[in-house]
Amino acid sequence: MPRAMEPAEIERALAPVLPKVEKPGRYTGGELNQLVKDWDVVPTRVALVFPDVYDLGMSNLGLAVLYDILNRQPGVLAERVFAPWPDMEAALRRDGIPLFSLETKHALRDFDLIGVSLPYETLYTNTLNLLDLGGVPLRTADRRRDDPVVIAGGHATYNPEPMAEFLDAFAIGEGEDLILEVVAAVRAWRESGQERAALHHSLARIWGVYVPSLYCAHYAEDGSLERTTPLEPSVPARVIKRIVPQLPPPMTRFIVPYIDVTHNRVAVEIMRGCTRGCRFCQAGMITRPVRERSVDEIVDAIDEALRQTGYEEVALLSLSSSDFDEVLPLVRAVRQRFAGRHLNLSLPSLRIESFSVELMDLLQGEAHRSGFTLAPEAATERMRQIINKPVSTAQVLDTAREIYRHGWHTIKLYFMIGHPQETLEDVQAIADLCKQVLAVGREIVGGRAHVTAGVSTFVPKPHTPFQWVPCDTVEQIRAKQALLKRSLRGPGLKLNWNHPEETMLEAWLSRGDRRMGQIIEQAWRRGARFDAWQDHLRMDAWLAAFEATGLDPAFYTHRERPIDETLPWDHIDAGVRKAFLTEDYLWSLRGRTRVDCRERCFACGILPRFADLRRLNPGDVWECPEVRSPVRVPAEILSLTPA
Amino acid sequence: MAGPARQRYRITFSKTEAMRFTGHLDLHRTWERTFRRASLPLAYSAGFNPQPKINIGAALPLGCLSEGDLIDVWLESEVDPLQVESSLRLAAPPGIRVDEVRPIEPTEPVLQSMVRAAVFEAVSANLAALDEIDRRIGALIEAEHLPRIRRGKSYDLRPLIEEIRWDRATSKLWMRLVSRGGATGRPEEVLDALGLDPADFVIRRTGLVLSGPEEAQPG
Repeated sequence: MPRAMEPAEIERALAPVLPKVEKPGRYTGGELNQLVKDWDVVPTRVALVFPDVYDLGMSNLGLAVLYDILNRQPGVLAERVFAPWPDMEAALRRDGIPLFSLETKHALRDFDLIGVSLPYETLYTNTLNLLDLGGVPLRTADRRRDDPVVIAGGHATYNPEPMAEFLDAFAIGEGEDLILEVVAAVRAWRESGQERAALHHSLARIWGVYVPSLYCAHYAEDGSLERTTPLEPSVPARVIKRIVPQLPPPMTRFIVPYIDVTHNRVAVEIMRGCTRGCRFCQAGMITRPVRERSVDEIVDAIDEALRQTGYEEVALLSLSSSDFDEVLPLVRAVRQRFAGRHLNLSLPSLRIESFSVELMDLLQGEAHRSGFTLAPEAATERMRQIINKPVSTAQVLDTAREIYRHGWHTIKLYFMIGHPQETLEDVQAIADLCKQVLAVGREIVGGRAHVTAGVSTFVPKPHTPFQWVPCDTVEQIRAKQALLKRSLRGPGLKLNWNHPEETMLEAWLSRGDRRMGQIIEQAWRRGARFDAWQDHLRMDAWLAAFEATGLDPAFYTHRERPIDETLPWDHIDAGVRKAFLTEDYLWSLRGRTRVDCRERCFACGILPRFADLRRLNPGDVWECPEVRSPVRVPAEILSLTPA
Repeated sequence: MAGPARQRYRITFSKTEAMRFTGHLDLHRTWERTFRRASLPLAYSAGFNPQPKINIGAALPLGCLSEGDLIDVWLESEVDPLQVESSLRLAAPPGIRVDEVRPIEPTEPVLQSMVRAAVFEAVSANLAALDEIDRRIGALIEAEHLPRIRRGKSYDLRPLIEEIRWDRATSKLWMRLVSRGGATGRPEEVLDALGLDPADFVIRRTGLVLSGPEEAQPG
């Protein structure tokens, strides 16, 4: 464990280190719009951690939003901490320098609260590494009264169990309001001088907060999970996810890095949630209900953010841009306000239809056109019915034709292999569809036409209708990828795929139970770091960790789970009922699809779960149709004056 | 090149501690964003992929600070230089200090082509390393050639060193190195040639030496 160091000592120790590491600008802070508060007078100090390298952490909108919210509070300061790249980690360990915050160079252990962002599962070993480098005991049980409180939030935490031993609490759901309640609870606890258990109890009373140390997992003799139960009657049996009833105004004060990072841009979330109901999509299930921002609010936020940052790129983010009610007025308003300012505007996640091409054409105007992305996800009608993404091959080809006609030369097509019930014919169809799209392109732009196929491998995620299905084995994945590699050769075609090992790791971590924690720790101790980076993934460390703990990886990934099995995440309530997921899974087996649930409510459970909130936020504040109220007959307007 | 409506300004600036590890391309982008935040009417090149017309005098090695650094910018319309200066000062990030803005003739040569040398000062907290410094400098100056290898390429450092001095009172190593398109002396290479570890030093480029217009290429 690194020794205690004051910020001035840390800075002195860094001086000879920084010139010798790769991209030292990752570790200096001091960027435009960074907020630095007086450490000695602010009572609650929060470290916001993104457990990957600066370049990715600075591109994460969630972290930026929380940084803004926390630093607006007079009694709170929030500073950033990212994962050091392996060369920097080696230097920190060699010189005994603790991991520090960018703003004031305080050691991680000096903060009151550490908030870790976990949008995906392959950040778990980095999280342990950061705590270790920062001088914070890894396990909650080993933390004393003066140690920081460590919490995590983000989509991966909808199955918190694999990381349960390492975190004091999880923030399940949306953090905008929750984070302030957590900060208040931590502050009150610090002032009270009580033991950590008192804090855990007060955190567990906050809507959306899961305190794993207050729950116990019981296993059957065959190793399957029997139930997860609270240790005390005062602790809720299920933790309901937190939502904000309406989206708060978008944040505009982005920190502008001095060095090139993954996304250098203003990002505005135009809408949260999705009504399409694709069965593989965890985000679509856990971010309900759908809430939109207004066109005026979005355009004003872009304007203000550009004034604050000078960025040349703007991204309008959502899970399904085409479903934004006012998408055409939005694109028109953005064009009108920002034309001629040399901006690169993007609107990702568009539906496969010619209207999307018109939208992009209008949005980008004269700007340079790189690639146009479509995500059919599957290439046969049968498969698309199973996953509930009913788009026809004709629609894909018609849309492709419009894209090439409107001046784009490259189309990126995103697919997944490993969907439930997939056969090699379904995989062959992916290659065939890519070639058909290329043929369309050749007719229009000749040899300049390109098709890039991005084929990832499906991992059944918690809280989705596919949560029970097994993952493809490495052999199955290899066979499918070999077929694609054979078929997708030749000029104009490019294929990207994920290594099967990455998929296995993602599956273990996202589908694991509480016992997975020891595997994560063992793998980390054996050198696993930066698991999301293909070049850094140490499969040997993971397999050795399974070996050492006696757990079977196939138990987590290749076993079809009985529909009545207790799942490790069953005590986490994402608002969508398990009965709905079960029904939707059965529908998928029969190839039955659902329409957009704006058109018709399928009773997923969101409305009864949040009935009180819905009553306070009626009409189109949420995109859910009004289900309870009787059909309204439009009132006749009577003229009181003779015509 | 610059059309008649376009105005050209030369900005003198300093690169301070916060941007010590920001490279040349990133500095360029930082300036571009600074102009955009300042709402100055930045001129863009014509063509398929228009680029802002800004021109940094000379690249600075990563890890160096600077004073008297120069950048030229073209604006679409005439703006009072004092207004350019004040709006840039407000918009500049913590790592850039704007020292002076003056209008220059659009027909002046390209800034980069006018730079012929650069002056550096290197200061070390580690004085023990500097014991024999006078003798080593003497040996360096007397050498006819200093063959070195940088990034797999061999070159001769000696002709790139115009002058080098050691000031015992301030423990500063002062050097003037050639800085032209294809031939640029790097201060950390000089330190290394003196048997010193560049990581022990704070290096500051304190000025650029410009040639007369007759030596440079027309703008």
